[in-house]
Amino acid sequence: MSLKRPAKEQPENFVFSSSSLDMANKIIAKYPKGKQQSAVMALLYIAQRQNNNWIPLAAMKYIAKILDMPYIKVYEVATFYSMYNLSPVGKYFIQVCTTTPCMIRGANKLVEACKEKISENESELSPDKSCSWMEVECLGACVNAPMMQINDEYYEDLNKEKTLEILDKILKGDTPKAASYRGRVNNEPENNRKTLIEFKNA
Amino acid sequence: MLKDKDRIFQNLYNDLGSDIVSAQKRGDWVNTKEIINKGRDWIINEVKESQLRGRGGAGFPTGLKWSFAPKEVGSRPHYLVINADESEPGTCKDRDILRFEPHKLIEGCLIASYAVQAHVCYIYIRGEYFVDGQKLQAAIDEAYEKKLIGKDASRTGWDLDIYIHYGAGAYICGEETALLESIEGNKGQPRLKPPFPALIGLYGCPTIINNVETIAVVPTILRRGGKWFASLGREKNTGTKIFCISGNVNSPCNVEEEMNIPLKELIEVHAGGVVGGWDNLQAVIPGGSSMPLIPKEKCETLTMDFDSLVAEKSGLGTAGVVVINKDQDIIKCMARIARFYKHESCGQCTPCREGSGWMWRMLERMAKGEASKDEIEMLGDVTKQIEGHTICAFGEGSSWPVQGLLRHFKDEIKKRNKFDPIVKENKNIPYLVDQHLLDKNA
Repeated sequence: MSLKRPAKEQPENFVFSSSSLDMANKIIAKYPKGKQQSAVMALLYIAQRQNNNWIPLAAMKYIAKILDMPYIKVYEVATFYSMYNLSPVGKYFIQVCTTTPCMIRGANKLVEACKEKISENESELSPDKSCSWMEVECLGACVNAPMMQINDEYYEDLNKEKTLEILDKILKGDTPKAASYRGRVNNEPENNRKTLIEFKNA
Repeated sequence: MLKDKDRIFQNLYNDLGSDIVSAQKRGDWVNTKEIINKGRDWIINEVKESQLRGRGGAGFPTGLKWSFAPKEVGSRPHYLVINADESEPGTCKDRDILRFEPHKLIEGCLIASYAVQAHVCYIYIRGEYFVDGQKLQAAIDEAYEKKLIGKDASRTGWDLDIYIHYGAGAYICGEETALLESIEGNKGQPRLKPPFPALIGLYGCPTIINNVETIAVVPTILRRGGKWFASLGREKNTGTKIFCISGNVNSPCNVEEEMNIPLKELIEVHAGGVVGGWDNLQAVIPGGSSMPLIPKEKCETLTMDFDSLVAEKSGLGTAGVVVINKDQDIIKCMARIARFYKHESCGQCTPCREGSGWMWRMLERMAKGEASKDEIEMLGDVTKQIEGHTICAFGEGSSWPVQGLLRHFKDEIKKRNKFDPIVKENKNIPYLVDQHLLDKNA
């Protein structure tokens, strides 16, 4: 798995806000009685959302208490899965897919764009501390390669110019629209549709 | 080419809308009650007759899998788990089902839950598909509201609750037992089999795990009959399949086609041809990154189904077709795949944890031409040491692509890596341990 280290500077305390707590209780109710440990992944997400996109150690201890499980097991889960950020990332967290299907369609250009606009190295905050980027493994949008994810949204069919445009926008604080940047609809073959034609533009 | 009326996923490109009203217009949820009233045995038999094989990669017969669930519910409840942890490089079909055809999946969940006697169904979605998961959740809410699922689902007397569980970026959680571990709130490390999940699965209870696409095609199979599905494709490789064609093609796309379709037709007709023309084709990965690549010569006549690809020492896997043309460095492409596996190995079994890193480092050096001659054989040896020596199929998944490269592109690697470590000049090095390596005549 990828190398993950908790941040050096950690907040002393962490508690869920009341809305987070509501959400957490709803999620715990999804699982059978006595199996509340199943909710640990979802609760870590909630903590991450509440705490500017990263999970402090205090949150893990807090979640362990809520779910009545050992702290080390929460820590184990938080360090195993790659989507939990254990140190601060930008408010805009950019993940560039560089696995083979994206790579052969030019994902390295997206990486170049991130290096130019955000920071020389991955997982480093931009000068204004609003963004950070990293290379990730396959994000599962291979027919829309190359692509990247900013927070929850997918930005697809990119090239270097389009990526620079998107990065400029988020550095200004805008949220550019997600989906394809070559103007195609979802996963259909561009200008070459041979199937389900009667429904097209229906 | 498959006729449009035989396509199961009519809304693959979201021309028609994914909400419940549009879905019902397309025929979803129309006679769910009658289908379920025909009974468990009828459903399982019909699925068996359709010869539907799992769409998640391994191609296990679905009807057979369902029949493994205990006939009577004992003290432990049964569970249905849907695997939507689609992370295989080259594959993006389940995402389209989640966002554009969610009702096919939900209806399939109800029918499958009834067939295996489960009252609770968990859908495990990879964390990156958060937005698509939200769309599925909206569809689940719609279905609850219309009483299609929930208590007395679709007035069949069967209770069913469907919950979404998000993963968090671990490829290994697509392995069924790792997925169960993950739902239970542990690290996603696969379990030893047996016991198989059908008897001891989620929370130690009987659990049936199916891929999204497998479940989503079931309602249509039952409506149109197993015979109809079996009439498409060929014996034991029946029905339709969503192919994802990515890489160096002019119009990469997802398309639903009949099984056993020629690979050339997929690429030339649906994906607009290889960038630079068919002659510029170098190799194709036919079924997601874990399947060995196929060189151009064989692509001319290859047909895409489980058994014909196995005959070519590859596999259909998830049907994620990655086209690589001659502008790409094939060794680099495979080195990148090896890096993917090194990153995603869960670390439980030593051969995989260490071996995936070895393969990656060796391939990186081979791509740069820095490897020695005998390392080529050594790389093959390493893949053999991993394959079959791990708890789950990740070992095979990581070593097969490398074996494919060695099988078809060994000359290319040899051409680039001429470096011979044997010291040619007979220098007088008294402290050298490997004296026997010195060339005597030099």
